[in-house]
Amino acid sequence: MIEILTLYAQALATPENGWWLFLTLAGILAIAIPVLIGMAMLTWFERKILGWMHLRHGPMYVGPFGLLQPFADAIKLMTKELFLPAKANTLMFVLAPMMVFVPALLAWAVIPLGPAPYFGTNMVVADINLGVLYILAVSSLGVYGILLAGWASNSKYPFLGAVRSGAQMVSYEVSLGLIVLSVILLAGSMNLTAIVNAQQGLWFFIPAFPAFVMFLISILAECNRHPFDLPEAEAELVAGYNTEYSSMGFGMFFLGEYIAMITMSAFTVLLFLGGWLPPLNIAPFTYIPGVFWFAGKVLLILFFMVWVRGTLPRYRYDQLMRLGWKVFLPLSLAWLVLTAVVVKVWGNLA
Amino acid sequence: MSFLRTLKAFFLTDMVSGLGLTLRQLFAKKFTILYPYESTPVSPRFRGEHALRRYPNGEERCIACKLCEAVCPAQAITIEAEPRADGSRRTTRYDIDMVKCIYCGLCEEACPVDAIVEGPNMEFAAEDRKTLVYDKNRLLANGDRLEPTLAERLKRDGEFR
Repeated sequence: MIEILTLYAQALATPENGWWLFLTLAGILAIAIPVLIGMAMLTWFERKILGWMHLRHGPMYVGPFGLLQPFADAIKLMTKELFLPAKANTLMFVLAPMMVFVPALLAWAVIPLGPAPYFGTNMVVADINLGVLYILAVSSLGVYGILLAGWASNSKYPFLGAVRSGAQMVSYEVSLGLIVLSVILLAGSMNLTAIVNAQQGLWFFIPAFPAFVMFLISILAECNRHPFDLPEAEAELVAGYNTEYSSMGFGMFFLGEYIAMITMSAFTVLLFLGGWLPPLNIAPFTYIPGVFWFAGKVLLILFFMVWVRGTLPRYRYDQLMRLGWKVFLPLSLAWLVLTAVVVKVWGNLA
Repeated sequence: MSFLRTLKAFFLTDMVSGLGLTLRQLFAKKFTILYPYESTPVSPRFRGEHALRRYPNGEERCIACKLCEAVCPAQAITIEAEPRADGSRRTTRYDIDMVKCIYCGLCEEACPVDAIVEGPNMEFAAEDRKTLVYDKNRLLANGDRLEPTLAERLKRDGEFR
């Protein structure tokens, strides 16, 4: 057995493979580190915007404009005591936060950031043909971590929060999948790069505006964000599935949730807002590299998520389920049928 | 009517108007006062830290009539007095226990010569109670430091008395 493995490893250890491995690892780091820093800045951004909407200043003492606040928070979280409840299932309890954090980061493997400035190569770790399906699959994996956390905590509030979260994410994934399907029909491909390239003439949010609005609302539910943050409704459930967590266990859930927000915003930008494409394909806009357009659009969607949090009160649980199953599911299904008919008659936009 | 309501809900009009409101608030002036660096305006009647005032020629105003000591509901004031070499009656001891004091301002009201006043300063917290038992020197020092402000406050409040 060991001999076979050694032979296999020797066969793989060619210079070409080594170079490939190095490039892939470099690509992973080049995506993961900016995403993690972006997540930290997103917490600052959210607190600042929420503060301004409440006529407050938001964080402003740690660093210029409070920009270093997220790093101070991270240090605080890491130095806290890691508390393990006596009745918790220790292995699962420790495993659950990682199972939320890792899938959130995993989705970034297929997200294309547009052509690299000066080189022109497409900046993506894995340009696979089923990129859309991969993102949907990986983002659903986060539910397992949450369910596991609720179950392993062996306490009523985390349990209720986890059950709610599971039901909510599964419900909204259905309409999310149907909307994504209609976009795939428009673009004629499941490759994210091809979907963005299909939007060169017209960004998809214009022809598919109702789908765009439904998608925006569905990603709020998918990320457990306001006004659908029932899994952690603090008025009823203390803190939902992370009630029993402290220190970096809580930190991992936090990271996972905010990275999922960025991932879903990036997904929206790729599907509807033309990814890295500039709004008009003329001189001043085309000088700015695609990555910046991409980041700017992601920031726009993130601002929308924070904006909604600053505006709308939390839904009741039955309202949430009714909206998901009785409104969004039929509407997105009807939209899919309509798109299919239109694409069949006039052809897709690719 | 119900159809209209459904239509309104369908086009998310209420949500959009709510979002518009928060967007306006985003750019509105913020109400927060950054306290240690900024403060709200203080009224001339504000009753803060005490001070003993002097006449412009440097003579203490206090004539040791002990009206403030008598009127003080918290019995925070302790006065001892004897005649000075020139025959005038002056305090030898004038203590205010700032922990006992309830900042009611009655000492200020009782004083016939405007000697004891409560100033605008509210930031005199200390780490033990001993430092909060003010003696005559401390009160006179407060008066010397704040005299222009104190005179201004009395003048501004005087027209309402």
